[in-house]
Amino acid sequence: MKYVDEYRDAETARALSTAITALCEPGRRYAFMEICGGHTHTIYKHGLEDHLPEAITLVHGPGCPVCVIPMGRVDDAIALAEQDGVIMTSFGDMMRVPGGRGSFLDSKAQGADIRMVYSPLDSLKIARKHPDKQVIFFAIGFETTTPSTAMTVLRAAAEGIDNFAVFCNHVRVTPAITAILESPDLRLDGFVGPGHVSTVIGCEPYEYVARDHGKPIVTSGFEPLDILTSIYQLMKQLAEGRCEVENEYARVVPWAGNPKALAVIDKVMEVRETFEWRGLGWIPDSAMRLRDAYAAFDAEKIYSVPGVRVADPTACQCGEVLRGAIKPWECKVFGTACTPETPIGTCMVSSEGACAAYYNYGRFSRSRVKAAAQS
Amino acid sequence: MTAHDLGAGIPVRAGWAEEAVTAAAAEEHHGAGRGSREEQVLERIARARARKPRLREERITLSHGAGGKATQTLVEAVFLEAFRNPVLEQLEDGASLRMGAERLAFTTDSYVVSPLFFPGGDIGDLAVNGTVNDLAMCGARPLHLSAGFILEEGFPVADLRRIVASMAAAAQRAGVTIVTGDTKVVERGKADGCYVTTAGVGLLERPVTLSAAAARPGDVVLVSGPIGDHGITVMLARGELDIEADLVSDTAALNGIAADLLDAGGDGVRLLRDATRGGVATICNEVAVASGVAVVIEEKAIPVRPVVNGASELLGIDPLYVACEGRFVAVVAPERADAALAALHAHPLGAGAARIGTIADDPPGLVLLRTGFGGTRIVDLLVGDPLPRIC
Repeated sequence: MKYVDEYRDAETARALSTAITALCEPGRRYAFMEICGGHTHTIYKHGLEDHLPEAITLVHGPGCPVCVIPMGRVDDAIALAEQDGVIMTSFGDMMRVPGGRGSFLDSKAQGADIRMVYSPLDSLKIARKHPDKQVIFFAIGFETTTPSTAMTVLRAAAEGIDNFAVFCNHVRVTPAITAILESPDLRLDGFVGPGHVSTVIGCEPYEYVARDHGKPIVTSGFEPLDILTSIYQLMKQLAEGRCEVENEYARVVPWAGNPKALAVIDKVMEVRETFEWRGLGWIPDSAMRLRDAYAAFDAEKIYSVPGVRVADPTACQCGEVLRGAIKPWECKVFGTACTPETPIGTCMVSSEGACAAYYNYGRFSRSRVKAAAQS
Repeated sequence: MTAHDLGAGIPVRAGWAEEAVTAAAAEEHHGAGRGSREEQVLERIARARARKPRLREERITLSHGAGGKATQTLVEAVFLEAFRNPVLEQLEDGASLRMGAERLAFTTDSYVVSPLFFPGGDIGDLAVNGTVNDLAMCGARPLHLSAGFILEEGFPVADLRRIVASMAAAAQRAGVTIVTGDTKVVERGKADGCYVTTAGVGLLERPVTLSAAAARPGDVVLVSGPIGDHGITVMLARGELDIEADLVSDTAALNGIAADLLDAGGDGVRLLRDATRGGVATICNEVAVASGVAVVIEEKAIPVRPVVNGASELLGIDPLYVACEGRFVAVVAPERADAALAALHAHPLGAGAARIGTIADDPPGLVLLRTGFGGTRIVDLLVGDPLPRIC
């Protein structure tokens, strides 16, 4: 496939792998966090760790939009969906996320009208088609998807569609990175920076990571060679004693981001004072809500949202997984009580969740597979 | 800061999650594990997976029809539990029955595809080919089919005629006759136009027993042609995605090509499976578990059309899980693999056939993929359904 195959070439990967290994200081161990769930998915799907020397550990970060939604927020959305005359619309990977009382899929099976859409514009299309219903879009995601939600609100306003609303759960990536940096149980040598998010916000917002926290960060694309190249760039910075923000994904990410997209977000939304993240707790300035000027499209203003708070199950360690404090398999319930078919934690649901990626792609003994290959 | 932003009230805990943890802990047998901590966890998971599946949901969800883990759980926990007998227990594509001196293969399948008509075929083609293929995969010569129709009030007769004409033509191509049937009509809104159920019988004339449990280390895994055409075609035909592609369904009767393969491979053919719901990945998993072997697939060897690859990439799905309606996987003894592949290539439906992997002994029950990138990963059963109602 054009524009894809050239980023999945095994020969190039082996050459990079050799170069990375050559940069390792003897006896030193390295830990890099890939912030994005999309990167985690790529790493496992392509078996990228097979190209890394043992001295390098990849730590999976909190950048999975579905994973960071707290259970109470799912219950709130289900409460909205179960009202008469409401059609709830959501991205597909949200359908199976369990709240305190089950998931969208369970609620749908019990009669709520919940539909899967590929974009908020599809949701607006449904609103046009069903003027007698109130259509709510369950908006999730980092800055990657925020502009499309904001655009859709503007479109609805321009067309005078009054039966469309957004239940806004958009979150911001830098407050999450700050929370990670301030977390006491973590030792990192650098970050593989978000790719899609950076197409919107650019690389400038990460400068404080290098400047104030002394950690290099390389904005990376989503193909396996992108990630391997980013790791090489991180290793090179460490070897040369540099600590900078670098852009591996320059073919897509402009250094200053996308001013038009940022303007659209700013027109429609404002930063919330605080927002609850699954596993990470309340993080200041970490999410967006609609501005008062667009209150007519804000499900939280139109309806009285229950504001349910559900504590994570006692055994669930999603928080530690999202912070990178433990590997997915180190969670007490990983693979036994919590599996992709009966998930307890969000990290086991989304394809971008670290637990789902490890369970679905990485759940095998590398030493045994190596031995089997040699026999 | 508003009260709302802080959330109202004291957090509660999710009762179901606490119960699930307790239940899993009760089933866990603590034994002295060997190897690293990670390997002990892997062994614990393997034991958890080997346990009898429990159906936790109180209602049927779309996942139960997806052909993945949820379907398997439903079948084993509800149907097999109630109907249990030695024939059903094998959970093959069809049942093998002894009737006096003859051995019969018997199978049934329902079709709910949406849309009813799509490039390369319609629900009628699927209903005949699907059941013919289930018989062919048992190694049988398909003979007779039944056809049951559930029609929605208001369904156009012209559409029904078109579907039935497709069925007649497909039956003729496959060399089978439709010998009995049934019709039901339900009120408008109680069905989606037209559902079709077919059952079929065939004769098991060959002295081979094909079974998902018959794969042995060293065997070769073949696929009869490029995968995923049908699933992607139907998905695009719904027009919800605004993607256009030059692609048609692969729906076809496989009894001819399967017979050629069996002639060439003889008793070296361990099993045949048509790669319908859940795709090639699901079949490989069934083989790995039933035979207690590892199935090792080479990603670069899997035939996938560029347009299917492209659409899958856009949709975020893996072609390995996308349904075909005219492709099958064969596991063949190594010494017969070349002859078997040559027989596939010689048939018009098998021009794109390829050798995609091998059977190994370790780790048992897993499907491993050697990625084009040079890494290794698992190919697991799917949990959700990326593409509902494609057959």
